[in-house]
Amino acid sequence: MVTLPVIACHECDLLQRKIALPPRGRARCRRCRAILYRDYPPGSDRALACTIAALMLFLIANAYPIVGLEVQGNRQTASLYDAVRTLWVEGREDVALLVGFTAMLTPAIEISLLIYLLLPLKFNRVTENTVPILRFLQTVRPWSMTEVFVLGVLVAFVKLEHLARVEAGIALWAFGGLIPLLIIASASFDPEELWAKATG
Amino acid sequence: MGESDRLTKMAFTRTAGRLGLLSCHVCNRLTESAPEAHEGRCSRCGSHLRSRKPDSITRTWALLITGYLLFIPANLLPIMHTNSLFGVQSDTILSGVVYLWTSGSWYLAVIVFIASILIPSAKLVTLTVLVVSVQRCSTWDPLQRTNIYRVLESVGRWSMLDIFVVAMLVALVHLHTLTTIRAGAGAAAFGAVVVVTLLATMAFDPRLIWDPQRARHE
Repeated sequence: MVTLPVIACHECDLLQRKIALPPRGRARCRRCRAILYRDYPPGSDRALACTIAALMLFLIANAYPIVGLEVQGNRQTASLYDAVRTLWVEGREDVALLVGFTAMLTPAIEISLLIYLLLPLKFNRVTENTVPILRFLQTVRPWSMTEVFVLGVLVAFVKLEHLARVEAGIALWAFGGLIPLLIIASASFDPEELWAKATG
Repeated sequence: MGESDRLTKMAFTRTAGRLGLLSCHVCNRLTESAPEAHEGRCSRCGSHLRSRKPDSITRTWALLITGYLLFIPANLLPIMHTNSLFGVQSDTILSGVVYLWTSGSWYLAVIVFIASILIPSAKLVTLTVLVVSVQRCSTWDPLQRTNIYRVLESVGRWSMLDIFVVAMLVALVHLHTLTTIRAGAGAAAFGAVVVVTLLATMAFDPRLIWDPQRARHE
């Protein structure tokens, strides 16, 4: 199958000829300035490496407490799961679901699906259901809000400092590291490479 | 207007929709649609294709109106209750910002104010302006309007900030001997505002901003 050297802008629908880009270059729509496509360094090693590292940090971030609080000798810690469970138990199931969905479930789906796509690619194979997975990733991505969650934790942290001694848990550092990894992973993930291999 | 300017203008109006091509939102491939059809399947990845997002204006309006309605309880109802020896204190979003400001963390007060009050309200208003402009087939600076839409798309998620703050406070200051924090109904309403405005931004099709542009030069 021959690829048409024409692309339609996703934001204004203008048709434009595709041109070869300099390394790491980006093509912008000449009418609305949207990014049409970009040049990726060959190979998907960087994306895969960052995604695997992100998976490990994500597991740590979920398994350990994010913040600890000490009031009159009483120590209390809270992980992300604790936050969701407490909201649920105290009758705010709606908020619990929202937090669980945007801070736990969608980042988990995003990371694991990326690995599921990239790992076989490393061995020159393409996963059978590449198309539905890529489509699903597009739908899920806007709801994955790790970076907003981390800012929220920091605000809570400062608020509590007025009440008691607060200390950062391991999970907070893990969350901090997760953000740049996720950004690099999605920025160096080249779906075109996948399409080229998936459709032969 | 010189000849070259005119040619540029002509080329500028050649959109996929006008030539009966459908652009795939998953893999970027262009597929020829059947005559007069606005739907089809991608020749490369088999995704369902549509010339424009379906019922974009109606859906955006419905979600916007829901957003406006939910915005009222989100700001009036308390998002959290603090039970302590001194009684129960209820905080709305605004009183939370005021508390941060008066307790000396003015930089956090500014961040929370931007994320929880400025972004959601500005988003509702500007998206309304965009939808109205599209409905009236306005030709006013489409580039500017597209840029506004891009900003809306990228900042919307930060409104979730206060929900996460409440979640962490509730988890930490919980069943404590002296103080307990519980989430209030305002938190649910506010979360719903964030979700609904995110959905409204997704339902809006920025290509509609450019469509009258094409008609004007035809």
